[in-house]
Amino acid sequence: MEKDGINKPARVLWRLGYFLRELIVSTLSVGPIPTHVAFIMDGNRRYGKQQHLNQGGGHVAGYLALKLMVLYCRELGIKYVTAYAFSIDNFKRSPEEVRCIMDLMVEKIEQELSQVDNTFSRMGVRVHFSGKLELLSQPAMDAVKRLMAATAGNSKALLTICFAYTSTDEIVHAVQETCRRKLAPDQIEGKGNYVVKVEDIEKHLYMAVAPEPDIIIRTSGGHRLSNFMLWQSSNTCLITFSQLWPAMSCWHLVWAVLKFQRNYYYLEKKKKQM
Amino acid sequence: MLFSLNFTLPPIFFTNLSPQSKPFWNVPLHWRLKAKNQTSHVPKSPLCWTAEQELIQQGKGENSVEEEEEKVFHLGLEDQTLPLGLRREAMPRHVAVIMDGNRRWARLRDLPVGSGYEAGVRSLRKIVELCCQWGVKVLTVFAFSSENWFRPKVEVEFLMSLFDRGMQEDTGSFLRDNIRVSVIGDLAKLPETLQELIINLEEATKSNTRFHLIVAVSYSGHYDVVQACQRLAMKAKCGLIEPSDINESLVEQELETKCTEFPYPDLLIRTGGEFRISNFMLWQLAYAELFFAQSLWPDFGEVELLKALVAFQQRRRRYGNAPAKFKALEVACVEF
Repeated sequence: MEKDGINKPARVLWRLGYFLRELIVSTLSVGPIPTHVAFIMDGNRRYGKQQHLNQGGGHVAGYLALKLMVLYCRELGIKYVTAYAFSIDNFKRSPEEVRCIMDLMVEKIEQELSQVDNTFSRMGVRVHFSGKLELLSQPAMDAVKRLMAATAGNSKALLTICFAYTSTDEIVHAVQETCRRKLAPDQIEGKGNYVVKVEDIEKHLYMAVAPEPDIIIRTSGGHRLSNFMLWQSSNTCLITFSQLWPAMSCWHLVWAVLKFQRNYYYLEKKKKQM
Repeated sequence: MLFSLNFTLPPIFFTNLSPQSKPFWNVPLHWRLKAKNQTSHVPKSPLCWTAEQELIQQGKGENSVEEEEEKVFHLGLEDQTLPLGLRREAMPRHVAVIMDGNRRWARLRDLPVGSGYEAGVRSLRKIVELCCQWGVKVLTVFAFSSENWFRPKVEVEFLMSLFDRGMQEDTGSFLRDNIRVSVIGDLAKLPETLQELIINLEEATKSNTRFHLIVAVSYSGHYDVVQACQRLAMKAKCGLIEPSDINESLVEQELETKCTEFPYPDLLIRTGGEFRISNFMLWQLAYAELFFAQSLWPDFGEVELLKALVAFQQRRRRYGNAPAKFKALEVACVEF
């Protein structure tokens, strides 16, 4: 028997899975839960080829995986989730692929906004896009702004999607803003005026909306940051999984949290010593 | 010359999740990489919904899963001076190392902490020699972090005296072996005698070309970017540039690593089993391959370095672009 297009065995399985996840969450909550988890979503195209999907099918799968991962993070009580969706370097890919990804993003945002209660609002998640958004086409920019506006009132968690983002570009932007502020006429107060500090740069970063990540998870076996949150990752636990992004499950998240908990007290001790 | 970022740490009982964990002597001549058989400690469970299952539910993922695009690695002709498994044309030009684990090494042997640092110095000498032989052009070592100033005063003073002694003792070998030495970091915080020694050593070795050793002392990635920003702010104040002119190239020219021809590390090795960058060269590590070794720094020798380099050479580096054919990518790796 089907309900909402989902057959009964699948619904039973989903409820069983939800119950099991509740047990896991209760166990993990005995220890510290990370505040901010970031994902480098690598492997969508390879997944699409493996599964013989149409062009863009891998990215659709990646989008579904992201929504599920946000749900699991909400269940775990993780307040900030960041996903590296599209790098400025990715604009060097073929124009067809870039256009496909932009069209897919616009299509998915429209799909969400067409519902009375979109997925993110149901989860209480505010969506924020970080990056050099002026590089996006006008339809993509409009869709992004509408989604951010539609979810602006949600406060249980923040999902930051890094789109048209690289960390070096973020730092350059912060340096530019810092220099502009230091040169502004109303800032001329004394000889300390032109001293630049870490805080001056940090407040102008695109990712200033969230604290430093506790964990950065990269899929597909890559062991590099690929210009993602370089400034913010100085004390972040870096975890790599060999699975492709669409194949990520909540068990990977549980494993990552366990690893975080193992290092947590050592890092706290180090912070206190400073 | 070295340091340790290490503090007390609970015993390590998790293994590295890296799928590239083959011992160096086990590298086959013809190796197929199969994504689904790679090391994974996380079991798949039907009770946890994944995107894969969502697609199956939607009737899109019903085809059987085939192998991932095969990555076939052919080892080139072996260079007589390189160990088995290494290809000279794919050697990283710039290797960065976080030398972690000296104090743990000493504690495990019931030795004073100073012995750990001294063992680390010996290990560093060995690694410098190997990098010279194997064709690495630049080696950057994280000797003393900005955060290490908060350590006990006795320990900091010991480390400063160790740097002093190490530089004096090794000046002869740097000149003999044609090694250029640069020291990066907030040197104003160092004792004046050490600052003078550093200036003299840099001056004496500045024309050496065979190998470049960069020692990061009183350094952090945040400090590097902040001091670059400070310089650019002063230039803007003097009217030399506009804030809108600031781009990645200008920032790079002001970073401390401007002293070298290859400022961006291709490979970062961290010893000691920790999976963090600990505020080291944050800007420059944008595309670096990261290798986390379980062994402590004084135990990191030829075998471990070989493992790291073999693992590096087996990785595909795409820099965000579409994947190229393997041969073209190999060339691209060399060019970068």
